[in-house]
Amino acid sequence: MTTGLEIRGLGKSFGGLQAVSRFDLTVAPGEIVGLIGPNGAGKTTVFHLIAGFHAPSAGAIRFDGASLVGLKPHAICRLGLARTFQLVQPFAGLTALENVMVGAFNRARDVAEARRQAAEIVDFVGLGPRRDVPARNLTLADRKRLEVARGLATGPRLLLLDEVMAGLNPTEIEAIIGLIRRIHERGVSLLIIEHVMRAILALSHRLVVLHHGEKIAEGAPAAVARDPRVVEAYLGEVAVEGRR
Amino acid sequence: MPPARLAVALGLALLMAVPPLLPKYALEVLISILFFGYLGACWNILGGYGGQFSFGHAAFFGIGAYTSTLLFLRLGVTPWLGMIAGGVLAAGFGLFAGYLSFRYGLRGPYFSLVTLAFAEMLRVVAVNWKAVGSSLGLVVPSRGSAPLQFLFAGKLPYYYVILSMVLGALLICRAIERSRMGYALAAIRENEDAAEASGVNALATKLSAMAVSSFLTALGGTFYAQYFAYIDPSLTFGPAISIGGLLPAIVGGAGTVAGPLLGSFVLTPISEITRAVLRGRAGADIMLYGLILILVISFLPNGLVGWLRSRRALAGPAS
Repeated sequence: MTTGLEIRGLGKSFGGLQAVSRFDLTVAPGEIVGLIGPNGAGKTTVFHLIAGFHAPSAGAIRFDGASLVGLKPHAICRLGLARTFQLVQPFAGLTALENVMVGAFNRARDVAEARRQAAEIVDFVGLGPRRDVPARNLTLADRKRLEVARGLATGPRLLLLDEVMAGLNPTEIEAIIGLIRRIHERGVSLLIIEHVMRAILALSHRLVVLHHGEKIAEGAPAAVARDPRVVEAYLGEVAVEGRR
Repeated sequence: MPPARLAVALGLALLMAVPPLLPKYALEVLISILFFGYLGACWNILGGYGGQFSFGHAAFFGIGAYTSTLLFLRLGVTPWLGMIAGGVLAAGFGLFAGYLSFRYGLRGPYFSLVTLAFAEMLRVVAVNWKAVGSSLGLVVPSRGSAPLQFLFAGKLPYYYVILSMVLGALLICRAIERSRMGYALAAIRENEDAAEASGVNALATKLSAMAVSSFLTALGGTFYAQYFAYIDPSLTFGPAISIGGLLPAIVGGAGTVAGPLLGSFVLTPISEITRAVLRGRAGADIMLYGLILILVISFLPNGLVGWLRSRRALAGPAS
């Protein structure tokens, strides 16, 4: 039995559009893997497939030996695999602490224990002073932290982070990088989608590059960043973005 | 004692002590207030806490009313037991309707429309089914006092029955609100995908809320049958009952313990007054009632409880 996440030959098509094809990926326990690629490359689709929000058209997804294909998102979360959303999805009317409690119920036996665990994690991500603020009144940076805290509260062995730095300023990005390091020190392995290259190069043990739904490169971050195919895929996008 | 707790204790004392002193009409209005407050509290479990707006709770209400009444008329089973049977049947129907709706991902207005259709379907079945009295309905005979058969002389005992039912429903709501299920329901209401991603089994949670809500709503149907001694398909399965439950909850404050009862204390007298003032002009009272509703919902989007809370937050320093 392999431990960690193991994806073999993953494919997903929406009608005629092949969003992901023949995609292989592993995340070993204790590893931080970065998943990068231009916009529309299929990164978020891969997350949706792993977390059970979409059913794959082909391929196998296993986590610590158990197949995830066909499981509902909540069942996958119970197995110890949590995710965050690219567009933050807080429970807007609940306070920060209550948001995290919802995740903590995944492991906690009762309300008091969930509250205790959630309070610890709210402090851990640095939201302690704002624990009783309704999520809708938090700043974007705080809502990103809340998103991470809620995922972390479910007690995952693997956490999928989907662009938790998007829209943040450099200071906030530094803070999130520190937070991700501390999460890793808790023994959680991470699969990270990120556009902030500086951050992903600093954090990842290994980089996987997705382009048009296919893996075009994989390896040590510094080597992958110099890979001509990767540079080409990104240059196309830079040219497009330059015209905006 | 904190002011909120004091207000609850005072209100409870008044509700216990005052009714024997009231004239008959006032007592009837008070029974109506508690009755719609009860339906609101039942609806609130799924609709308020879980954000699943059922427009068809009359289905459960009617099942309760018909089950206990038919068991009483045909087999002589006391409605006290019949109401449990009605509750179990209604919960079964709720699980069936809920499973079909939730399993296939019906959310928001689509869920509302499907529940409305289920209630209308049962109404049409009852209208056309001779064995259950068809459109003529059923009469609960033998007025006079028989407490073991859920029959009382005078209105006062019915008042205390519905008062106990309301208090019971509110205590159940309070227990749910503070439990793991309460957090799960709130998470589903706020964002179902994020709830699932956080490990909440949305289908199981919604079905549990549906079962409790439909069971309790059916008990209200039995109360109605015994109190008015007459039921027919449009009275029990009609949209008026579905709306009569959801309105007090929304106006009072969906997803709060006190909201439905508070809402009924405001709405039911308004409905009584408009009916009395506009007597003889068919439909005019409902138009005026509708206008008042539109104003309340426009100016108090979070209901009376939400309004009171925001006033308190403005008045004092944040707790």
